[in-house]
Amino acid sequence: MANKLISEMGLPTSIANIFAARNITTAKEALSLTEFELMELLDVGMARVTSAVAHISEIVSPPTQTALSLMEQRVQNEYMAGHLPTRLKGLDEALGGGIPFGVLTELVGPPGIGKTQFCLKLSLLASLPASYGGLDGRVIYIDAESKFSSRRMIEIGSKSFPEIFHVEGMAKEMAGRILVLRPTSLSEFTESLQHIKISLLQNHVKLLVIDSMAALVTGEYDQGPTRQHSLGWHISFIKSVAEFSRIPIVVTNQVRSQSHDGTSQYSFQVESRGETVDDHTRFDSHLVAALGIHWAHAVTIRLVLEAKAGQRFLKVAKSPISPPLAFPFNITPSGISLLNDEGIEMKGPQISTIHYQGHEDIINFDSERLQ
Amino acid sequence: MELARLPISASQRGKLISAGYTSLSSLSSLSPSTLAQDLKISDNEALEILRVVSQGSRLDKPDGSHAIVNGAQTAWDMLHEEESLKCITTSCVDLDDILGGGIKCKEVTEIGGVPGIGKTQLGIQLAVNVQIPVYYGGLGGKAIYIDTEGSFMLERALQIAKACIEDMSGNSDFLQKDFQSCQVKAQPKDFLQNIFYFRVCSYTEQIAMINYLDKFISEHKDVNVVIIDSVTFHFRQDFDDLALRTRLLSGMALKLMKLAKKFSLAVVLLNQVTTKHTEGSFQLTLALGDSWSHSCTNRVILYWNGDERYAYIDKSPSLRSASAPYSVTGKGIRTATSKCKRIKIM
Repeated sequence: MANKLISEMGLPTSIANIFAARNITTAKEALSLTEFELMELLDVGMARVTSAVAHISEIVSPPTQTALSLMEQRVQNEYMAGHLPTRLKGLDEALGGGIPFGVLTELVGPPGIGKTQFCLKLSLLASLPASYGGLDGRVIYIDAESKFSSRRMIEIGSKSFPEIFHVEGMAKEMAGRILVLRPTSLSEFTESLQHIKISLLQNHVKLLVIDSMAALVTGEYDQGPTRQHSLGWHISFIKSVAEFSRIPIVVTNQVRSQSHDGTSQYSFQVESRGETVDDHTRFDSHLVAALGIHWAHAVTIRLVLEAKAGQRFLKVAKSPISPPLAFPFNITPSGISLLNDEGIEMKGPQISTIHYQGHEDIINFDSERLQ
Repeated sequence: MELARLPISASQRGKLISAGYTSLSSLSSLSPSTLAQDLKISDNEALEILRVVSQGSRLDKPDGSHAIVNGAQTAWDMLHEEESLKCITTSCVDLDDILGGGIKCKEVTEIGGVPGIGKTQLGIQLAVNVQIPVYYGGLGGKAIYIDTEGSFMLERALQIAKACIEDMSGNSDFLQKDFQSCQVKAQPKDFLQNIFYFRVCSYTEQIAMINYLDKFISEHKDVNVVIIDSVTFHFRQDFDDLALRTRLLSGMALKLMKLAKKFSLAVVLLNQVTTKHTEGSFQLTLALGDSWSHSCTNRVILYWNGDERYAYIDKSPSLRSASAPYSVTGKGIRTATSKCKRIKIM
């Protein structure tokens, strides 16, 4: 919309010609200037500038709709009103049906906790035919850390949906719908993304998994402005892909240790430190999600996977629709299974902290299991 | 007064100067036909220029028939206006208190906080609360929700609307019976119908939208609140030219303030946070930089204090700096009670 041509907007010919003569061809260029600047540049009176800008703005603005019409549209056209069920009862209930379409869902956690397992299960679920509760479509799996295991995915499939997978040729069909990409550099990733955006709809892609975002972005740049700039572009792009195609996008993220002591505070908090309650999360955990606060704002749903006292938890840390719930889970041959569908409600910012205690046992135990 | 300040086109100005008219006073008692002859332009054009000049110079006339300074209002008149200002409740008693009753109409309020603190929740709550009918103490108006990030969740809006209706019916038991006879039971879906939703995908669209709002609201005069969630997103990346960004943001802020004043509505801007290195440590601050922080009338910061969510009035011309706790529940934003058991939504 921003690049819509002024010549195609139906402006009165005289003013349209003046815009063209001054080399202002897109809406973006016209709206980036103030009305005084336009007046100077185009050499026309204020009234004409104002009406031209108003006309351009009206055309570039998104169409008017009410929240009700949007909802009716989604209920009518989309599966489960725009959700991909995860088959984890407690989580699906908390998220209002499942992983939502059109927005980014993030899975963050320490290594070995189960993020890739979760992604494998989701990929399978999206490829299943509609009669089995799937989205009946293709899945694009961007595997930056070479963790995708076909064998494991088919194992998950056979154990979770034996009735489908024991049918002759179904395993091949389902596995055939999952396209795995292994970009070796950020620029390759960027290029793939651009291709994906163009071909998404006609290839019936119903889910995009990026495993992991952190590996792709942190590999090439040092901390600082270049990285932020590039990450910013990717955030914008991926969100726009999600938005216009209305598919769920699941992104995994790594953790890193905090570089400075304690969580940041606002300047007014620093002044009145005596009155504030001591933030016990400061001393408790030293792990935070990678990629920074801009990324944290950009994801709509953040699921934190952590290990505390030898038990793994899946926490709904950021969600517009769910209270902060933590579900204990295990990794089983059929993927992830919740031990408790009710969830434990957590107060305060604890829901976002990431613990990694007792992890040695978990990794050793499971790596034996998964062999 | 300088000719350079007049809103006329560059070539007209050039002609005036080359014909010898370098100040406004030289134009003040001229007839259109004389000017047209001097500048070699049409009579209509000359008339237009003189009209602009007379508007501009009205400010200089000390004994004009209008007020002393054109367009000014006395503080006494403004006091009457301020006292009758309507507010939109946030559904949290403590938060309404520190806000002086709620989010004020005719003002631009910026609300910022870390991810997950409840900014979108508050935005959706306000979009619902503005619709509370007048006989329940609300504004009975409509809302415009400009979504730049895709965070508006329909299911959540429905939930909040439903809880709002339940609260209203609960309260109506205390009202007189006359009210009940004229009240039709509202449905959550009706509330959704009164929220105009716009999804904006780039900063160009954001600017275009804000320009378009003037026309849109003139056609929908019952809109009482404009919520932009978030105002930051499209300005945070991809901007190599920071000077351009500052210009665009201040232009936007001015237009929003004009809208708020012209249509007597509340403008609520949700903002993100960023870290800033000051005084040897990293501090949180609202995004978009220092010059933006001057643009809004009121600034509210949502933050975590231990396990509780708090709101802090960071900047306001009329409200004291104060903090108040609030909570996000299944019903939306509500008053924080330390013993309240949060209800699971579904």
